[in-house]
Amino acid sequence: MSGPQLADAAAVLALFALTAYALLGGADFGGGVWDLFASGPRALEQRAAIARAMGPVWEANHVWLIFLVVLLFTAFPPAFAALVIGLFLPLHLVLLGVVLRGASFVFRAHGALSGPRAPLQRTFGAAFGAASAVTPVLLGAALAAISSGGVRSPRGSLVAPPLASWLTPFAIATGLLTLALCAYLAAVYLTLETQGRLRADFRRKAISAGVALLVLAIADLPLMAAWAPRLYSRLASPSAAPLLAGGTALAVWSIAAVWRSRFEVGRVLSALSGIALLWGWGFAQWPFVIYPDFSIARSAAPNPALRDVFYAVGVGALLLGPSLYLLFRVFKGRNPAAGRPPRPRPHPRPAR
Amino acid sequence: MSNLMAARGQMAFTLGFHMIFAAFGVGFPLLQVVAEGIYLRTRQERYLALAKAWGKANAVLFGVGAVSGTALAFELGLLWPRFMRLAGSTIGIGFASEGFAFFVEAIFIGLYLYGWGRLSPLAHWLTGIPIAIAGAASAVLVVGVDAWMQHPNGVKALLSDPSAVAPGPMLFGNPHWPVMALHATVACYAATAFSLAAVYAWGMLRGRRDAMRRTALHLAMILGTAAAIAMPLTGDLSGKAVARFQPVKLAAMESQFRTQAGAPLRIGGWPEPQRRAVVGALEIPGGLSWLAYGSAGATVRGLSSVPTRLWPDLPLTHVSFQLMVGAGTALVLLALWYWVARRRGFTRPLLWGLVAGGPLAFLALETGWIVTEVGRQPWIIYGVQTTAAAVTPIGGLWAYFLGFVALYALLGATVVWLLRRVEHGRWAAQAA
Ligand code: HDD
Ligand code: HEM
Ligand code: HEM
Repeated sequence: MSGPQLADAAAVLALFALTAYALLGGADFGGGVWDLFASGPRALEQRAAIARAMGPVWEANHVWLIFLVVLLFTAFPPAFAALVIGLFLPLHLVLLGVVLRGASFVFRAHGALSGPRAPLQRTFGAAFGAASAVTPVLLGAALAAISSGGVRSPRGSLVAPPLASWLTPFAIATGLLTLALCAYLAAVYLTLETQGRLRADFRRKAISAGVALLVLAIADLPLMAAWAPRLYSRLASPSAAPLLAGGTALAVWSIAAVWRSRFEVGRVLSALSGIALLWGWGFAQWPFVIYPDFSIARSAAPNPALRDVFYAVGVGALLLGPSLYLLFRVFKGRNPAAGRPPRPRPHPRPAR
Repeated sequence: MSNLMAARGQMAFTLGFHMIFAAFGVGFPLLQVVAEGIYLRTRQERYLALAKAWGKANAVLFGVGAVSGTALAFELGLLWPRFMRLAGSTIGIGFASEGFAFFVEAIFIGLYLYGWGRLSPLAHWLTGIPIAIAGAASAVLVVGVDAWMQHPNGVKALLSDPSAVAPGPMLFGNPHWPVMALHATVACYAATAFSLAAVYAWGMLRGRRDAMRRTALHLAMILGTAAAIAMPLTGDLSGKAVARFQPVKLAAMESQFRTQAGAPLRIGGWPEPQRRAVVGALEIPGGLSWLAYGSAGATVRGLSSVPTRLWPDLPLTHVSFQLMVGAGTALVLLALWYWVARRRGFTRPLLWGLVAGGPLAFLALETGWIVTEVGRQPWIIYGVQTTAAAVTPIGGLWAYFLGFVALYALLGATVVWLLRRVEHGRWAAQAA
């Protein structure tokens, strides 16, 4: 492949990583949100179901974020440098959220010796829930900032940004939209990991989060028109509008499926609607990494570097594919033990 | 606090913190796999109890390792954006390869921790093996990045025409990399093994001397001894590599002020940069020349060969180096003592020695990194870009630094508190 094509391919790869992180890691953030809002007579069971669903997979889901960051600084070094300066504060807050969420989740999962009601366990739980709720908002706002001129670097200079250029109404609304997406995905996925009343709880939560997602998506549009006119006009253009309409239709359809308790269908459709939203954004953002100062072509690393990225990713994918398949095969999918703790398969009697 | 100092402090602190968890992430899975494997062969329950207890401890350590590592991945850019703009696409290949090692590690950690009872015993054991391999691989690969910052192989070509060089060969063809990777990865095994030995020796001092704990100590000391003996040998190679690629750092490590034929090896002592002298060091004539270049008469370049603004912090570099070598020597002696004395039973002095071994091994690990990183100053990429030229233009960094210190202090305290509660199945009740 020649230069611009390689750079575009790297951008597509980054969008792929972002999508994977949103659909998998995002759902884990959503799990934290539902942990925070666990209520009613089955609050403890809801929390236990969330912990059981996230436990084996959250670390792997989390690596997509690292992969995305590494990809950005490898493939688009100047854009990355501008990004980390322009979003210095929010990215630090994201870090705080990531660290607190991950640490408090493992602390709670593996410190469960003193019982789920012990005060320290409750503190871990609160930290886990709060960090899970705040981080997606910040990530969504960051995404809005890079597509609405919130991160500038005139003539490639690296200077400190004006404070809070990432705090526009559009950015905040996009942050809330991201949060709703996470919560929606999590609740839909959780209907497949629970049974009986617990499943009914998550079905209700999924429907309310789905409606919130739709409302926020629609509310985001006028704000986008005001604060990110280029993004808006690209999205509204005849070539992108079908993607947007399709994504909305998918979201409505997935909510309907959950409503009718067709949870398997709901999961697929909800993931697809998330993909449509993100790729619609990606389509509108193209050809920029950061609008308007860093286009893909002008901020990409030289060709040999991009080629080496793809070699590394090719080899890595060979390792990763089967491993991920195994992980989700064992813990997800048609899981006979859904909703119940795993039945311990006894180790053969030890010979003393 | 100047912005540069705050950024360096934050980087050093967060790396030093991550390093503790990373070291366990390399060493622990190996011991786990060995214990579970022995259990599958012999069906002796104590090995299963060990594998399970270590798995629980490792789960907490791995979680904190993962989030502190993520913080680092962001911080490299947040604190040193100009460094990343210059070198991101070069070192990125190292991080990308390492990323896949993480991925594999994270996936199999999930399978391992939550797979008890869901997988057959053999399949469960097998999921431990990729964790052990990926842990070591991530250490080896990430050190490739640091090795390039120490000795930026091929940087001239990069600076003159970036579009003509492929970063992969530049990073992984670096002669400094294998040397550093070997020493630094073995150090992780040493640190894990001696820490575990310390935990069980402490238990024995408190009267918990059952077969399970003796076995645990024994397993840890087998790994610990092998690693301890490897440290001076691989460290010697590191020293020779430093002599070749970073003569000023070597001079700082040894407080060698003037260029000298037959330079002495200095043990201990405190350098006084103003007076260009060392006080209180024991000097072995010709020792440094011999260690660095294989001949007692060889010429060693002194610090005076470069202007003082290109000197690293001398007391910190020198004393850290002395501490690492001292701790490394002590660990070898400790290991020998263990094998000689254990037949005659565990005396209290031996057990106290083993308890000290854990902190000593981590002291060596941390001071070793301080030698490497502080000794590289004022450069972030040796000879190419200074740290001062790389730092972010954002102000008020001290506040972020303090925030991280507070956050990590909290995390560290919680980890210690939780680890003290890891139990060993039916052996738990036998605590004295
Ligand atoms: C358990 C830990 C441990 C122990 C016992 C030792 N070291 Fe070490 N050393 C490290 C852990 C370490 C390290 C933290 O892992 C470093 C930092 C960078 C690296 O590659 O390894 C290191 C770096 C390092 C360097 C600098 C490399 C550079 O700047 O690129 C030298 C010259 C030595 N070591 C030499 C030794 C010697 C002669 C030892 C003899 C006893 C020794 N080390 C014991
Ligand atoms: C591959 C791994 C590593 C990479 C890529 C790396 C990278 C860096 C970078 C970019 C800096 C800041 C710039 C500078 O001061 O030169 C730094 C400084 C530093 N790092 Fe590392 N580092 C690594 C491993 C470690 C580890 C494991 C430690 C453990 C203690 C460590 C300790 C330090 C210290 C003490 C400084 C501050 C030096 C000073 O300010 O004088 N590093 N490192
Ligand atoms: C010599 C220095 C280093 C070594 C030996 C090392 C090793 C490791 C290991 C073994 C892990 C697995 C997690 C665990 O077991 O706790 C880990 C995690 C991680 N490290 Fe480091 N690391 C080093 C420095 C760095 C640096 C400089 C960075 C950042 C740029 C970094 C980024 C990460 C990330 C992102 C993770 C999380 C991966 C996950 O989610 O599984 N590490 N590191």
